Amino acid sequence: MALNSEIIQKRLTEKFGEAVFHFEESYGMLSFEASKENNLKVIQFLHDDEELGFRFLTDICAVNYPDQPGRELAVVYHLHNLTANVRVRFKVFTNIAEPDIFTATKLFESANWMERETYDFYGVNFVGHPNLKRILNVDEMDYFPLRKEYPLEDQTRVDKDDEMFGR
Amino acid sequence: MRPVRFNIHPKEAKIGDAISVAEAPQGYSGEGFFTARLSDVVGLARKNSMWPLPFATSCCGIEFMASMAPHYDIARFGAERVGFSPRQCDLLMVMGTIAKKMGPVLRQVYLQMAEPRWVLAVGACASSGGIFDSYSVLQGIDQIIPVDVYVPGCPPRPEAILDGFMKIQELVGQESIRRRNSEQYKLLMNGYGIE
Repeated sequence: MALNSEIIQKRLTEKFGEAVFHFEESYGMLSFEASKENNLKVIQFLHDDEELGFRFLTDICAVNYPDQPGRELAVVYHLHNLTANVRVRFKVFTNIAEPDIFTATKLFESANWMERETYDFYGVNFVGHPNLKRILNVDEMDYFPLRKEYPLEDQTRVDKDDEMFGR
Repeated sequence: MRPVRFNIHPKEAKIGDAISVAEAPQGYSGEGFFTARLSDVVGLARKNSMWPLPFATSCCGIEFMASMAPHYDIARFGAERVGFSPRQCDLLMVMGTIAKKMGPVLRQVYLQMAEPRWVLAVGACASSGGIFDSYSVLQGIDQIIPVDVYVPGCPPRPEAILDGFMKIQELVGQESIRRRNSEQYKLLMNGYGIE
């Protein structure tokens, strides 16, 4: 039988019980959540399980929800089963004060640069990453630009010339 | 017979229209001699044989390619030879968005050019950051290197680039040969942290 969201949900619930939750299907793609301590266990299971076989990591990214105290940062893993051509989204949430998440580089080599990018823009600290430093922005940058902490235009910046731009 | 016949009344070519000769600088001439200010003569030579170095990072670079091609033909102004080594060139044409991470690279290219050197900032991004009012984009290349002429536009048409180039030629032609040794110039360079 072809792999579908119901089977994925059933397998995950059999294995992890209540530890994997918030199943929802939007635009035909299953997404679910686990606590950040369990992220590697769930990804490992999705990878190793014969029936599931999510062996390709499409993307890692983060989302900032400033109005959810204690769950401000979400790290989203996009996984792909190449034989059945099925994709899932797997989310873990973390506190923004302590954004420590276990690195997936031991499971997927491709996670290396994706996690560096996620660190670069959101400041997620991937514990155990071999080389966690900025990848796209200038090294001297001392903030995480995609966090929703800034007004749409930063009023304190000095690199725009006020005389010319009339601020 | 074809319905339309071309060139049934061909015009005689007038060579005077096709060849232009730079005007001689002010000076005194007599039989077998001509005197003028050295600055004028050097300026005349320099401005009619610029070697541009294109530093093209985005759409303004495409417009520059059109300016270089036969239709607009920047070669008409003596800039026939576009060099791709900063060590040979005397005009840095910066065309396109310069990200902050690209800043040191651009500066390095500028430093590698020998004096005298000029800089033309083409387009809104190179001049001011343009629409990229963002954490990652340098808000105008004059933050890191001195600029002689700014060309507005997003992107500017080839005519505008040529106009900017002619402005540069004007500056080059009028520049005193002592300018690059002056205190004022040294101060300008020091203002950018260049020795």
